[in-house]
Amino acid sequence: MKHFPTILSHEIRMLLVSPSTYIATVLFLGFMGTIFTRILEEYSVPQETSPAYTFFQLFFIPVFFMVPLLTMKCLAEERRLGTIETLLTTPVSTTEVVLGKYSAAYFVYILLWGSTSGFFYILHRFAGDARFLDRGPLIGGYAFIAVSGLLFVALGVLASSLSRNQAVAFVLAFTMLFGVIIGLGFLPGLQALNTELLRPLKSAIEYAQVTQHLDDFTRGVIDTRQLLFYLSGTILTLIFSIFTVEAKLLHS
Amino acid sequence: MPDLAIEVEHLVKTYAGMTAVNDITFNVAKGEILGFLGPNGAGKSTTMRILTGYLPATAGTVRICGLPVATQAEEVKRRIGYMPENNPLPDDMRVSEYLYFRGRLKEIPRRKLSPRIDEVLELCDLKRVRHKIIGKLSKGFRQRVGIAEAVLAEPPVIIMDEPTIGLDPHQILIVRDLIASLRGRMTVIISSHILPEIEMTCDRVLIINGGRVVAQGTPDALRREILGRCTYVLELAGDPAALGPILMGIEPSLRITSVSEPDANGYRAIALTTERSDELGEALLRALTADNTFRLRALSRARPTLEDVFLAATRRSWDVKSEDLKNAQK
Repeated sequence: MKHFPTILSHEIRMLLVSPSTYIATVLFLGFMGTIFTRILEEYSVPQETSPAYTFFQLFFIPVFFMVPLLTMKCLAEERRLGTIETLLTTPVSTTEVVLGKYSAAYFVYILLWGSTSGFFYILHRFAGDARFLDRGPLIGGYAFIAVSGLLFVALGVLASSLSRNQAVAFVLAFTMLFGVIIGLGFLPGLQALNTELLRPLKSAIEYAQVTQHLDDFTRGVIDTRQLLFYLSGTILTLIFSIFTVEAKLLHS
Repeated sequence: MPDLAIEVEHLVKTYAGMTAVNDITFNVAKGEILGFLGPNGAGKSTTMRILTGYLPATAGTVRICGLPVATQAEEVKRRIGYMPENNPLPDDMRVSEYLYFRGRLKEIPRRKLSPRIDEVLELCDLKRVRHKIIGKLSKGFRQRVGIAEAVLAEPPVIIMDEPTIGLDPHQILIVRDLIASLRGRMTVIISSHILPEIEMTCDRVLIINGGRVVAQGTPDALRREILGRCTYVLELAGDPAALGPILMGIEPSLRITSVSEPDANGYRAIALTTERSDELGEALLRALTADNTFRLRALSRARPTLEDVFLAATRRSWDVKSEDLKNAQK
């Protein structure tokens, strides 16, 4: 892991000069800003749910385009240009390369979400009243973003390792994220899962509801089963990414 | 055996049933510059990729500086500077940034890196473009960035796949001097299609075709081995069959290798080879002008180029293959 810091700092630098990062930033901050404005209007009269809940409710819409934009380039571009060959003929392992690129994308992902905390800071500063802001759900919401982001960014890296075309990597990442966030939500409703044989599968899927996890986090419930779901999913996805890069080398 | 930088024994590589490299064996001594020749698809790039540890071999052993590539790939990679085919470079980095990043990956200590980058930029004549973005450089500059990157960490072994492709004659000269300046200090393998280039820079040439080594040795030795020592071309009118006894009288090893169809005036171009390396032109001229049955119009001594050697060597291996095929059909 000697080369991990070198690759990480290089990749962060490359992401910060890449146009797709800025497209992602503008779209993301524009979208979250709109939601925040709506919260300001709605919460002028008391509401039942906390503002943080409303703020994070539609978190998956920016995730759908932001994660693919941040990760589509990382491995697809290296293979398209052939620079993966020069990269892997230095004393660097495939694991270091994939982890470096993954961590850089995750860092920028967190940086972008972190910048939305500015909205709440401004509100806190100018409202001058602590009642408007319930800290618990806010921290829970950001914790959820940080934990689930591990898996989402890993899925983006996997998509990028599967293709040498950035556009294909984008669509692939979008599809995978859609499957995990929305698709898993539909599965428990399937009649086919109600048979005795598939009962364990159904209960497993019921644990893997991303929107349900968000609700729990913003209510302050941090369940180790959910943490385990994201952590194990991330590790598995990254292992698959490393294998994909190496398998494509063998057949290049 | 300590003086061998690269040892390749019975190397085989197959891709999905197709054999790209078929039982190649060769050695390269320390400080030697080896030229790698072969037609497209002969297995040059595959062999080079296996040497760098980028691709695993199907069978056989490769040792770089005594270390087996298959089991100690990481150690081997520390000892190699590699420039792949088509010289892939990231488009969105500056030249100096790129070299810095590569230097860090190649484990050059931070303190030594900036002076070393300056040195390499000077060596490859890249000082003017050091702050330019690589994607906007011309082909010649990109090529030199690739070479600069390969020599950056001063590795004992440098492997370059077609380093002079796309360069103008002036830049080729710079690259040739650069490679020549590495002679004795580093072991270099270069592949190229530009044969005079190889002839001028390399100590030894390896010609491969269809995944096999078809010839190896110094350019001079190859010439002798494949084309005979010396070739003469005559333009002669008369019966070529009567030429044999006269040639025997001059030098027993003289042989007719090709006879063309007579032109309008009855002259044929006749090529002769001999084992003797000293000048036979005068004797030939005297004997043929003395004989009235022949009219001699021209005589020249042809010095075969590496190109001829290359064509002859690769053709020879094709002949072998087609004979194999015929035997198999029987």
